[in-house]
Amino acid sequence: MNPKLQTILRESRMTGVILIMLLLLAWQLSAMYLFTSPTWPTVTRIFEAWFENIVDGTLARHLLATLWRQMLGYGLAVVVGIALGLAMGYYRVLYNLFEPLVEVLRPIPGPAYLPVLVLFVGIGHEMKVVLILVASLFPILLNTYSGVRSIDPVQFDTARTLGLTTLQTFRELVIPAASPQILTGMRISLAISLILAVLGEMIVSNDGLGYFVLLAQRTFKVPDMYAGIFTLALFGYVLNRLFLLIEGRLVRWHHESSGRN
Amino acid sequence: MTDYLLIDGLEKRFTSHGRAAFKDITFSVRQGEFVALIGPSGCGKSTLLHIMAGLSEPTAGSVKLDGTAIDGPRSEMMFVFQQYTKSIFPWKTVIKNVLLGVKYQSAASRESLEKLCLEHLELVGLGRYPHYYPYQLSGGMQQRVAIARALTRRPKLLLMDEPFSALDAMMRVELQDLLLKLWADLGLTVVFVTHDLDEALYVAQRVIMLSASPGTIAENVEVPFAYPRRQIETRSEPAYLKLRERLYRNMVEQVMAGRAETP
Repeated sequence: MNPKLQTILRESRMTGVILIMLLLLAWQLSAMYLFTSPTWPTVTRIFEAWFENIVDGTLARHLLATLWRQMLGYGLAVVVGIALGLAMGYYRVLYNLFEPLVEVLRPIPGPAYLPVLVLFVGIGHEMKVVLILVASLFPILLNTYSGVRSIDPVQFDTARTLGLTTLQTFRELVIPAASPQILTGMRISLAISLILAVLGEMIVSNDGLGYFVLLAQRTFKVPDMYAGIFTLALFGYVLNRLFLLIEGRLVRWHHESSGRN
Repeated sequence: MTDYLLIDGLEKRFTSHGRAAFKDITFSVRQGEFVALIGPSGCGKSTLLHIMAGLSEPTAGSVKLDGTAIDGPRSEMMFVFQQYTKSIFPWKTVIKNVLLGVKYQSAASRESLEKLCLEHLELVGLGRYPHYYPYQLSGGMQQRVAIARALTRRPKLLLMDEPFSALDAMMRVELQDLLLKLWADLGLTVVFVTHDLDEALYVAQRVIMLSASPGTIAENVEVPFAYPRRQIETRSEPAYLKLRERLYRNMVEQVMAGRAETP
């Protein structure tokens, strides 16, 4: 094989992008000539619908609604998860107290909380925020306390010989040392929070991308439905990219040090 | 001469199996003295140093520094750990690592503290690297950062736990000489734990050898060579070789005795 082509195949993700293009093309052709059905619209028709919904502001409105409740639930999960995780990781007593409870609650799939929440919080905005919060809490909590617990004793001894107080130890040692794992938990939860936001919107809501997609399907606006799903894909991708960018900056030391040793 | 650091009847038993790491350890260190603690692995020399630093509690006996009992880390003594990759925080630059030793202890301005840290970095030969991250430095340089951080606190007593054992031979030689120079210039008292007899004899004025577990003091000998010592010349003096041979024999005996006892 041409060595230049070989290098491209190995070094560049261009082939992956081309595959997506080819799949879209196959979709387009199959919708045009193979299955001409209203449930399988052409890609161009979907893009048309996408464009219309962008121009008249419908998608922006629903996207913002989803983003808002997702970030609210996720933000609360980050605050509660990190605070509780740091305390559990640092204080053995708290770990022994809460860890079994976490282990019992953790395997419950997020959506299973939904019926309970409807009983207690109702079907409004708060229900969806709490649902997102509960489901995104555990990865952050778990990663935070296991990050703190895996800090080397030598590092705590160092802090002690330098005369750092507990608060200073948290600031200078515990939080930075655990930050790579905390960020891993936060990244997992970010994806979960979007899933739960869309799910909540599909169950009961009058705005948000989940609502938009389901409504489009129910009213036979099939191209709109696909446009909504495309929007979700793009939205999720951008969120993850942004997160990786920030993560890379925050813990560059971690990637560099583990790369060398 | 008065005893600066006094270790009296020290014993450490491990709670898990009740076996003693060491017992009846009694010795003293004069102010300004350089003492090496040596012994076979498992004799508890590192644990002993941790107790002296106030990082661990003995099960019997006491440690007194300058007349008062030690019950926790104190600012006039600083500890240098063997694991520099852990002890130097990898998320901080060199200067910020050194600053960590003083920024909460001193009311002086940030600028003057940074200047102080930079001076100490120059002292250990790292004046050109304040803004590097530890992963960009060699092992020897990282351990220099730890030494600079300890010295910025202007300690009187330096407790060193196998500080050079993870370094390659060339680096170790360099850092031994650097340490001896700092000791002489700054008037420090040093307790230096090592498992390397040659290193102990080269750096220290006195070598204390622990026996195999449970550790007791097997030897407590003066090393009668003048400073500054030279890597080649000192190590080939007949008196050095004789002392080395005697201690080496004793150490081998300790190791063998230790082996015989383990089931």
